[in-house]
Amino acid sequence: MACNKEAIKLMHQYLDDELSTDDKSKLQAHLKSCTSCQQHYQELKKTNTYMKSMDQINVPHDFTRNVMNNLPKEPKRVGYKRWMKTHPIVTAAAIFFVLMFAGLSSVWNGNSQLTVSKQKDLVIENNTVTVPEGVTVDGDLVVKNGDLIIEGTVKGDVVLINGKLISDQKSSDPYLAAAIGGELKQIDQIFDWVWYNIKKSINDVFSFKVNTIYTLHALV
Amino acid sequence: MENAIKQKIKQVKKGDQAAFADVVSFYQNKVYQICYRMIGNVHEAEDLAQEAFIRAFVNIQSFDDNRKFSTWLYRIATNLTIDRIRKKKPDYYLDADVKGTDGLDMYSQLASDQKLPEEEVESLELQSYIQTEIMMLPPKYRSVIVLRYLDELSLLEISEVLDIPIGTVKTRIHRGRESLRKRLRHM
Ligand SMILES: [Zn+2]
Repeated sequence: MACNKEAIKLMHQYLDDELSTDDKSKLQAHLKSCTSCQQHYQELKKTNTYMKSMDQINVPHDFTRNVMNNLPKEPKRVGYKRWMKTHPIVTAAAIFFVLMFAGLSSVWNGNSQLTVSKQKDLVIENNTVTVPEGVTVDGDLVVKNGDLIIEGTVKGDVVLINGKLISDQKSSDPYLAAAIGGELKQIDQIFDWVWYNIKKSINDVFSFKVNTIYTLHALV
Repeated sequence: MENAIKQKIKQVKKGDQAAFADVVSFYQNKVYQICYRMIGNVHEAEDLAQEAFIRAFVNIQSFDDNRKFSTWLYRIATNLTIDRIRKKKPDYYLDADVKGTDGLDMYSQLASDQKLPEEEVESLELQSYIQTEIMMLPPKYRSVIVLRYLDELSLLEISEVLDIPIGTVKTRIHRGRESLRKRLRHM
């Protein structure tokens, strides 16, 4: 066997687990008889041991964070998706409020027409609703995007959205305590409007009286 | 674990960036190790390892799920590191005074900071000596040797990582090992 070529090649193959059983015994036989190859083999084994003893070097503890901070930004959509998956209850609540708020604000902004809850016997002109003298509104009266003059009587609450109560010429008191049976609620901020609707829906759900809800409002 | 990582990679492919953090923490030491053993400098190794992960993330869609992720990732890391070595002045790693200095610094720092017992210090000296000798190898032998000994990759895996024929892998390991034998035999 040619020491400087064939035997050394077999040694490397042996170290790489690439040697057939036949070649293994061939190499072993040669190593027994050749001291220079024995020496060479011992040195290779030593090298192998040294190389395998190389320490594992660990990355700095903030490595992962640094990588993550340097990644290109992901599309927002996915971020929300994952967040929603991990926070289902908060998400449900958020969706509820967003939809409600969006819905209500579109009602608030999108419709600037005068609307009034009880049409019968009321006089509507020039963005003003009048409850004429002698007319009694049995329930609540809601006026949106208009002013209100009460010459008659409202037994329930009066809710004015984006409008005001115009004082009766005959009285200096604009709230006409005698003419309104319930409370007067003036709403000119969107949050008030939303709040009013939330209370209203709670009211609808639990069949509370409007008065009770206003009491609740006071407590809140 | 491979399966868990496969799952994470699927999530990353679907656009879930956060799932990539688990992939990074699973492979970070391996990748860092490959870069460090090839470049011989902890700061550059960290920089290269980080770059490798970012490239893997950016190109994740081109990764074939049926293949081994580590092979693909190591390929990115070794390519980046070989590029970096080539961009350096050739005498940077051939100059005996400069090469491996950071490795030595790191080991001597470790040794002085923690007041290690004598045999540990000796082991650290041996470690830095081995690193120095790895740095003496030309890059194409260095990458093969590092992959072979560091992660005990099979010859086939090494040929896939480096995209070279398996016969070339064998030749380079043999030559690299011969070169190291000559330098380490007196230790
Ligand atoms: Zn011989």
